[in-house]
Amino acid sequence: MNKIFEVPLYAYERSPDQDTATPVRHKVIVIGAGPIGLAAAIDLAQQGIQVVVLDDNDKVSFGSRAICFSQRTLDIADRLGGGRQMVDTGVQWNTGKVFFDDRKVYEFNLQPETGYANPAFINLQQYYFEQILVDRVHELQDQGASIEIRGRNKVAAVGTHDDFVKLEVETPEGPYNIEADWLIACDGAQSPTRRMLGLDFEGRVFEDNFLIADVVMEADFPTERWFWFDPPFNRGQSALLHKQPDNVWRIDLQLGWDIDKDYEKQPENVIPRLKAMLGEDVAFDLEWVSIYTFQCRRMERFRHGRVLFAGDSAHQVSPFGARGANSGVQDADNLCWKLKLVLEGKAPEILLDSYSRERVQAADENIARSTSSTEFITPKSEMSRLLRDAVLDLSEHYEFARPLVNSGRLSVPCTYHDSSLNSADALDGPDMTRPGSACPDAPLGDAFLLPKLAGKFTLLTIDADAPDSIEEDGVEVTRLALSVKDDLTLELKRRYLGKARSGVYLIRPDQHVAARRDTYEENAFRQAIRRATGKE
Amino acid sequence: MADLILTPNIDDADDFFADLLATHEGLEKGESDALNARLVLVLANHIGNSDVLKQALHTAALKDA
Repeated sequence: MNKIFEVPLYAYERSPDQDTATPVRHKVIVIGAGPIGLAAAIDLAQQGIQVVVLDDNDKVSFGSRAICFSQRTLDIADRLGGGRQMVDTGVQWNTGKVFFDDRKVYEFNLQPETGYANPAFINLQQYYFEQILVDRVHELQDQGASIEIRGRNKVAAVGTHDDFVKLEVETPEGPYNIEADWLIACDGAQSPTRRMLGLDFEGRVFEDNFLIADVVMEADFPTERWFWFDPPFNRGQSALLHKQPDNVWRIDLQLGWDIDKDYEKQPENVIPRLKAMLGEDVAFDLEWVSIYTFQCRRMERFRHGRVLFAGDSAHQVSPFGARGANSGVQDADNLCWKLKLVLEGKAPEILLDSYSRERVQAADENIARSTSSTEFITPKSEMSRLLRDAVLDLSEHYEFARPLVNSGRLSVPCTYHDSSLNSADALDGPDMTRPGSACPDAPLGDAFLLPKLAGKFTLLTIDADAPDSIEEDGVEVTRLALSVKDDLTLELKRRYLGKARSGVYLIRPDQHVAARRDTYEENAFRQAIRRATGKE
Repeated sequence: MADLILTPNIDDADDFFADLLATHEGLEKGESDALNARLVLVLANHIGNSDVLKQALHTAALKDA
């Protein structure tokens, strides 16, 4: 049976754009049909924005790359259509084991907090994630949405102008030119768009290499995350074993920075390493082996005129903590509603600068957190190693030391606490829902809160009065009226009111809180809407 | 903000110091270093308060001394 990543899902087809005398102008062009490009295109198409995705390939990602998808990503995927299928296909796990040298030092059980529609995270091969999104694109096409993926369309040149972007695209049938009001570059860590525009990353915090192997085995390994510090089979480095769907296991072996990549990825050198790890008598097949080199760095800003960078093209982090694809999906989530308002003339272009500012903050947070993990996993000095080993030795016997063990922290959404789109906090409410926060989910009887906040500005009232809708300078806001009584588990109250008796929230289309007060006050909320759309 | 205690506070200073030395007795340098590292972590957890810990780190660095 062919693997899904061996099947062309969006084969090259000649576009009418290739036969016109003058280049056709599109609203938005997305470069790259990876998880981020697909998410952005679906988001725009769902909101009625015409979009074309150009990809130099015609298949989903070869091999497995991203593996761990966080709750926030699944919440966003629910809005895009596909979250449910991802959860159904993915693997969920609760038990993690930590090994140090040749012994298990402890195991932990992640008891997820209840009251959320989605699990804290799932393991899923990137090619499944992409396949589900490609299916969604086809579904939208069937419904008449203006979205297309052009396979084997490789962008060879990018010309930037004040109010449009011009592209030269190579195809199997020769080149053609095409234009867009806006360009979103989701073309990965090596981003040709970034290079063609002469832009680069700033700084370089860290660099390391990993041997990434996806092995198929029928072995009786439990569905757990196993992490090794300094194991006998990979001295001085780390290792990770993680389960994915279809009996595929992800193995990450840290190799250090000074290695011969071609040598390390030869099967005759890989297999002995894996045997030492899994045991001599465990039978397995290699599905995929690669050497993954990462750096922690980002572009200075993610908007350059009419070109917007999202995902790995804009920022890169270490793999610890699943912050690559997850943060990229959140980039798209942040960008698309802003781009829609700008395209419709309902918000000024400077709103898109807030995309850059907010997601730069998120990238810095992700880089900082994954760097902390990296420094724990790979101590840089003799003293760092001494302290790290002290933590691990204590963790075997004493619970207190376990929170200090850092083999990657769970990716949580960034709170844009000082964003210019926020209004001052005017509710004595919980910290987790202060302006800038991503709305936490909450149960509402048989349903959940987040799907009711999807894709539009919402005025969430909890035991408070307000008009059913407001329009401020072209921006429509719809009320969602709730009561603490709608959630007998009281999570809605705990997450959105705390000690307050009532609350009114202005929630952005990306489900981040823009403003909140105890009661509705028209002038304050009109001003909050203006702020949230870059008008104040 | 909680304050780090920088006046004498150990119940019996001489006994404590003798115990500290005794704990290290017979250890190689590497073992002693590891023990000290574990001791720092055990004590830090007991203190817990981040203000006090920050002051302790600053004090130990002898930057103001």
